[in-house]
Amino acid sequence: MTKELIKGNEAIVKGAILAGCRAYFGYPITPASEIAEAAAYYFPLVGGTFLQAESEVASINMIYGASSAGMRCMSASSGPGMSLMQEGISYLAGSELPCVIADIMRGGPGLGNIGPEQGDYNQMVKGGGHGNYHNIVLAPNSAQEMCDLTMLAFDLADQYRNPAIVLADGYIGQMMEPVEFPEEGRVGPIKNWAVHGDAATRKNVLTSIYLSHEALEQHELKLAEKYRKIQENEVRFEAYKIDDAEIILVGYGIVSRVLKSAADRAREYGIRAGVFRPITLYPFPTEALADLSLTTERFLTVELSDGQLVDDVRLAISRRHPCDFYGRRGGCVPTTEEVFNVLRHTLTHPAECNDAMALPMGMHAV
Amino acid sequence: MFNVIQQKPETFYDLFERKDGDPHVTHYCPGCGHGVAHKMIAECLEDLGIQDRTILVSPVGCSVFAYYYFDVGNVQAPHGRAPAVATGIKRSRPEAIVLSYQGDGDLAAIGGNEILHAANRGENITVFFINNAIYGMTGGQMAPTSLIGQKTTTSPFGRSLKNEGYPMRVCELLAALEAPVYLERTAIFDNKNNMRTRKAIRKAIQNQIDGLGFSLVEILSPCPTIWKMTPQESRQWVRDQMMPYFKLGIFRDKTTTQTPSAVAASETPAGLEAGSAQAASPQGASKNEPSSPPPTNSLEELKPRTDVSLDEVPAILGIRATERPGETHGQAVYGGNYNERSKFYEAASATPQGSGEEFFPRDVPEQYRDPQIKIAGFGGQGVLLLGEALAESGMLSGYRVSWLPSYGPEMRGGTAHCHVRLSQNEIGSPLVSRPTILLSLNKPSLEKFLPEAVPGALVIYNSSLIDQPPSRTDIEALPLSATEIAEKIGSPKITNMVVVGALIAKTRLLTKESVFAAIEALVKNPKLVEMNRRAVEAGMQAVMEKEEAVKV
Amino acid sequence: MPTPRGKVEIAQDQCKGCAVCVDACPPKVLKLTTVLNVQGYHPVQYLGDGCTGCGICFYACPEPGAITVYKWQDEESKKQKAA
Repeated sequence: MTKELIKGNEAIVKGAILAGCRAYFGYPITPASEIAEAAAYYFPLVGGTFLQAESEVASINMIYGASSAGMRCMSASSGPGMSLMQEGISYLAGSELPCVIADIMRGGPGLGNIGPEQGDYNQMVKGGGHGNYHNIVLAPNSAQEMCDLTMLAFDLADQYRNPAIVLADGYIGQMMEPVEFPEEGRVGPIKNWAVHGDAATRKNVLTSIYLSHEALEQHELKLAEKYRKIQENEVRFEAYKIDDAEIILVGYGIVSRVLKSAADRAREYGIRAGVFRPITLYPFPTEALADLSLTTERFLTVELSDGQLVDDVRLAISRRHPCDFYGRRGGCVPTTEEVFNVLRHTLTHPAECNDAMALPMGMHAV
Repeated sequence: MFNVIQQKPETFYDLFERKDGDPHVTHYCPGCGHGVAHKMIAECLEDLGIQDRTILVSPVGCSVFAYYYFDVGNVQAPHGRAPAVATGIKRSRPEAIVLSYQGDGDLAAIGGNEILHAANRGENITVFFINNAIYGMTGGQMAPTSLIGQKTTTSPFGRSLKNEGYPMRVCELLAALEAPVYLERTAIFDNKNNMRTRKAIRKAIQNQIDGLGFSLVEILSPCPTIWKMTPQESRQWVRDQMMPYFKLGIFRDKTTTQTPSAVAASETPAGLEAGSAQAASPQGASKNEPSSPPPTNSLEELKPRTDVSLDEVPAILGIRATERPGETHGQAVYGGNYNERSKFYEAASATPQGSGEEFFPRDVPEQYRDPQIKIAGFGGQGVLLLGEALAESGMLSGYRVSWLPSYGPEMRGGTAHCHVRLSQNEIGSPLVSRPTILLSLNKPSLEKFLPEAVPGALVIYNSSLIDQPPSRTDIEALPLSATEIAEKIGSPKITNMVVVGALIAKTRLLTKESVFAAIEALVKNPKLVEMNRRAVEAGMQAVMEKEEAVKV
Repeated sequence: MPTPRGKVEIAQDQCKGCAVCVDACPPKVLKLTTVLNVQGYHPVQYLGDGCTGCGICFYACPEPGAITVYKWQDEESKKQKAA
């Protein structure tokens, strides 16, 4: 096995190219810029297209064009840029155009800062743009997964003709870890529904407008059926030491790494803690969490946001149990000791599911 | 006998089946200019024999349904974004003929940025800009091209200079750019002007076929329904009201002088000298540190290409194939000199999976095992590279590793720090909040991070810049005059590698050879590689001398 | 009776009665009818004589298939279009 020590952001680009992506359109933004930089370097070398667009609005629409033309294509950005892309993503979803977009989340709202945050959860997982649609959202927590889940994102996007998002925080993007890349590249499927500029695809049209109410309803029902299939078949999650857990910590991205260390720490103290990490944020592993709530009573969701993921966790388990919440914001990432302290606090207090701010912020090591 | 000389172009669908209602007629109002423009475009596509190759991007506005009519590949774009969508299509399918058809609100208001930049890039696309000085589909709101005094539903007292400013002249605006090849404004109202429009449409499409670049035809077009006029009055209004402000004519025509460019997206852009194109290529925009010169080996062979086979892709990405017994070696490896690293890969692959234990340096004292390392100093001291060297070397030695930087503006001035973990087990949190090893290169960083260190932590501090030893007594402090040692070797820039040397001599976490291999991988300039090696050795020497002195 | 130079066919069900062609026609051989077509418009008709086959009405008309223009073979043996 050969490994390369590489930043998560760069691993995304190599994974994309290995998955057959040959078109990148984007606009730089910290902490996602390494993706644009690596794409600017590698895409032309493999015969692909790299274009720095005039804005995120333009780049997502270039994606719309490239996807219409049947290319595996991608873009990347962060919070403010993702906000600008929402219009285009809605159109992509409406026209059922596959693409991959990496969102390396930074602090917000507004200009915020460039620290690692997870405040884009709602805008990527719940839609963000107008209308009834869903993105497929994958949440890596290592440089290896930045490659692997990007490759998977291309396959899922094409399989379901749907935008797929790789949602990572600034730390996962900036962190270097060893990555084993596949030793063979792939090509994307030939898309008979696209417009290739040839006789075979001349009759095709890519559009999201359905003027008649009934026709649009039919279209949306078709989308809904697609989303149902995605929910049925594509849920992915990681469970860590949950079999005997008295408390389950829930988190994704960099937080899930801290949670594992905190769970290990807790077990050193005789507390049976486990970790549940959604890998797909859409489709959300609702059923898996609901099953866990049969055997575990206490849940603690930790996020780098103000209680976005916890909503989905509560929807999954609230039939039986509440869920506590601990969120850091602004680029602050809780330490292992901090989460461990919150965990102990949680276990010695009744569940306070109705108050997202119930637990004190910034509980540092004793 | 009679012969047909003009009839419905075959590039229109026979029946407009995508449309509700009568499939023989358009949805456009009686006397609408869109229908005329559609007919001229369709006729041109037929005459030029490019129906199969054509992809039409329709806008938001009355012509959103252009795909009802044109029997070509069709993509309907978000409001104003057609030039960006067309760019994505053209870059993906360079052989396709990509047409963007847009109205005035679409192109000149919401899509102002997209058209400006597509034109400025000289995208090899053709844009038809239907200017009727009004928003038609939505019922008569003001357009950026509405005339001064023109009453619309959103300028009920007439467009005023004070409130809305001047109507936007798109051709004149784009003519300020260098790249466009052909810009002309025509009008639809009488036969002479209709024929000029027809001619301009054909030229704009032919330019794209010839690979000349960006062409745009602005067509002043009647909108009788929304203007509340008869079709005849609307044609007079184009002539009498629009044309005095929107002067007809050719604003740019480089058709005869422009060199046809190769249409492939990654080819040299039209009009650029070969030399300047070279400089603008990704080759010039190396992601290496600006201070290091280009690598002397294989990287320089890499150039943008269009004929890349799938087999070549992993090597271009620098992915090194696993060497298996019996396979021939010598496959080209790009991206650095792997000679040093390969020794470690071979050793690593010779070690059976799961028994990596024996590959670790075995004589690491207990207190230094599974270290949580924090490295801190000021920007420019090579703090991040120090961490990378440890992580790379650790990876080559078979550790699980992670490297997490403090990133952002603080890299360019204030303090910089990074977190490194080397572990024999899976790494949970890569954040080092309680370091077991603190490497501190300047005084502020020692003051900042010393409180975080666990009791018993090893603290190596740069005594060249830190005049007072750490205030805590429950840690193992190791002073190292790293900057002075580095300057003696040749440059204060290698202070970081002196610290690496001291760390590995003190802890035995990593071998000198693995650090050298990491340096090979990280430092591109061969001269600096040698200097970095000497710095590592000097750092090791400093610690060993100190320990000898203690023993004596 | 001299040989006709051209003729024009109006697909009356496709005509929206805008009458732009009526104004545009140089020999003035098109006129609006008083009948209503399926769309509810008064379509244009060719008077049946005097068309020169100039094609101006074709480019004045916004509807793709409402007008077809013919030319007498002796004058123009092939379909010809201005560059």
